Amino acid sequence: MAEINREDVAHLARLAHIDMSAEELDRMTGELAVIVDSIKRVSEVAGDDIPTTSHPIPLSNVYREDVVGETLTNEEALSGAPDNADGRFKVPAILDGE
Amino acid sequence: MVMATEEILSFEEALEKYDPVLGFEVHVELNTQTKMFSSAPNAFGDTPNTNVTPVDLGLPGVLPVVNRVAVESSIKIGLALGCKIAEKCYFARKNYFYPDTPKNFQTSQYDDPIAYDGSIDIELADGTVFTVEIERAHMEEDAGKLTHMGGSTGRIHGAEFSLVDYNRAGVPLVEIVTKPIVGAGARAPELAKAYVAAIREIVKNLGVSDAKMERGNVRCDANVSLKPKGQEKFGTRTETKNVNSLRAVEHAVRYEIQRHAAVLDSGTPITQETRHWHEDTRSTTSGRPKSDADDYRYFPEPDLVPIVTTEDWIERLRAELPEPPAERRKRLQQDWGYSDAEFRDVVNAGVMSSIEDTIAAGVKPAVARKWWMGEISRRAKVADVEPSELGVTPELIVELNSLIESGKINDKLSREVLDGVLAGEGTPTEVVEARGLAVVSDDGPLLEAIDAALAAQPDVADKIRGGKVQAVGAIVGGVMKATRGQADAGRVRELILQRLGVEG
Repeated sequence: MAEINREDVAHLARLAHIDMSAEELDRMTGELAVIVDSIKRVSEVAGDDIPTTSHPIPLSNVYREDVVGETLTNEEALSGAPDNADGRFKVPAILDGE
Repeated sequence: MVMATEEILSFEEALEKYDPVLGFEVHVELNTQTKMFSSAPNAFGDTPNTNVTPVDLGLPGVLPVVNRVAVESSIKIGLALGCKIAEKCYFARKNYFYPDTPKNFQTSQYDDPIAYDGSIDIELADGTVFTVEIERAHMEEDAGKLTHMGGSTGRIHGAEFSLVDYNRAGVPLVEIVTKPIVGAGARAPELAKAYVAAIREIVKNLGVSDAKMERGNVRCDANVSLKPKGQEKFGTRTETKNVNSLRAVEHAVRYEIQRHAAVLDSGTPITQETRHWHEDTRSTTSGRPKSDADDYRYFPEPDLVPIVTTEDWIERLRAELPEPPAERRKRLQQDWGYSDAEFRDVVNAGVMSSIEDTIAAGVKPAVARKWWMGEISRRAKVADVEPSELGVTPELIVELNSLIESGKINDKLSREVLDGVLAGEGTPTEVVEARGLAVVSDDGPLLEAIDAALAAQPDVADKIRGGKVQAVGAIVGGVMKATRGQADAGRVRELILQRLGVEG
């Protein structure tokens, strides 16, 4: 049974500020449901003795020394921005932030 | 948009009916050279969008790498707060859509913070101690800085667009979260201020943060709820965001207690929401309610591997911790022999370190206290600066004091000498010379002044001759006035009594 319904997708779209049409919501609900159901099959083979795994490779403590490296210039930083002003990224006013 | 002023109850009335419960989230910016996950400089005040790398801008295909020093600083903060350090912990993605983070998530920690279950003792100005339990301290990254443009006020409401500087994005943060603090009662606002002051002091003492609140190095979100007296269950809380001075923390907590009380008295439930603090009106206004936007969908950060701590590592860091501020205070008070009240006054006046340096330079504790709590504090108050900012060095006090002890000047003259030194007229000895401030120690001129004073007040002279030795003060006063304070009052007294043939 699909674990993702249309309301879930509409909710996620709202959180991501993506405007989705009714048709897109329907299509995405179907596609996401397939993905979720497929991933869910992992639990069929992983028994109770398998701990929840977020990192499959047994690596830990990978660090960087606290030394300043190369940075982008202001021009490089802004080069991919749709709009900029005063050396800064220009974005629409968004009202629901903190 | 003008907000209507909300009803508030008097603080006293609010406390008669309700018990406040507090909780704090304090964000501490670490003073590492580089950011949490990139090698961009962690620096304040540079040209916008220059301290950035592709990692900080969330460009596709980048890989973050954790800053070792930031992790070690976080562990040190945990240890200083009496926390347990996690044997294994992860980073997590906190997903939200807002332009202050170009990645659309903040890298943080979720259910396994680096440090947890600690506590610190907070001492209030009168010596009362509250123990504040620490729930957790976790690592995360700061966001970029938004400036809202257009509209009439520059505030977000009515803004037409925003400009974003990502220099601050990715700066290492440690967020310290308390457990609910109950039982503070009317001391709640004071405790709030003292708690944030203690955190600031601890991280500064550790050397892991510049701890400047005015620069946002230490930022406080203050949670307040009220419960009717005798009730166990907590009330609904509000979270006043970004209260960024110690005074504001105290005022914000006080205001929210008064506001909650008025709302509850009117029979209305408290809305669980964030509040904005306004320094100008010393009040809060409604921010945003708890809503869908808080659905952060945390999940383990796949690009960063777990942090595994070993006992060796933690013990090495513990050995690097400086003496905790509270223990240092205890030690200094004992060494100096100050009473509890004297020592508290010294701490509250912000002159403890100055006194420590002055004593180290060779002055007795009582003398160092006299200078810093007396003349220097008084001048600082007049100039509206911290006593330590007046430019008084320990060496200056040593010299002033030796001039007094050798009888060259007296206390009164020493204040004038200090004036001269602070006005840039040279060393104390040079000022004494230049201003002609040395005590008149030659008996000749003193005797002349004494005779004149005795002649001016013959009735007093008679009283003294008749055995009323305490009347001598009036004559001493006359002599001091005549010599413009440049006489040794003790010597003057002796000479008067000799002159009148009376035993002191």
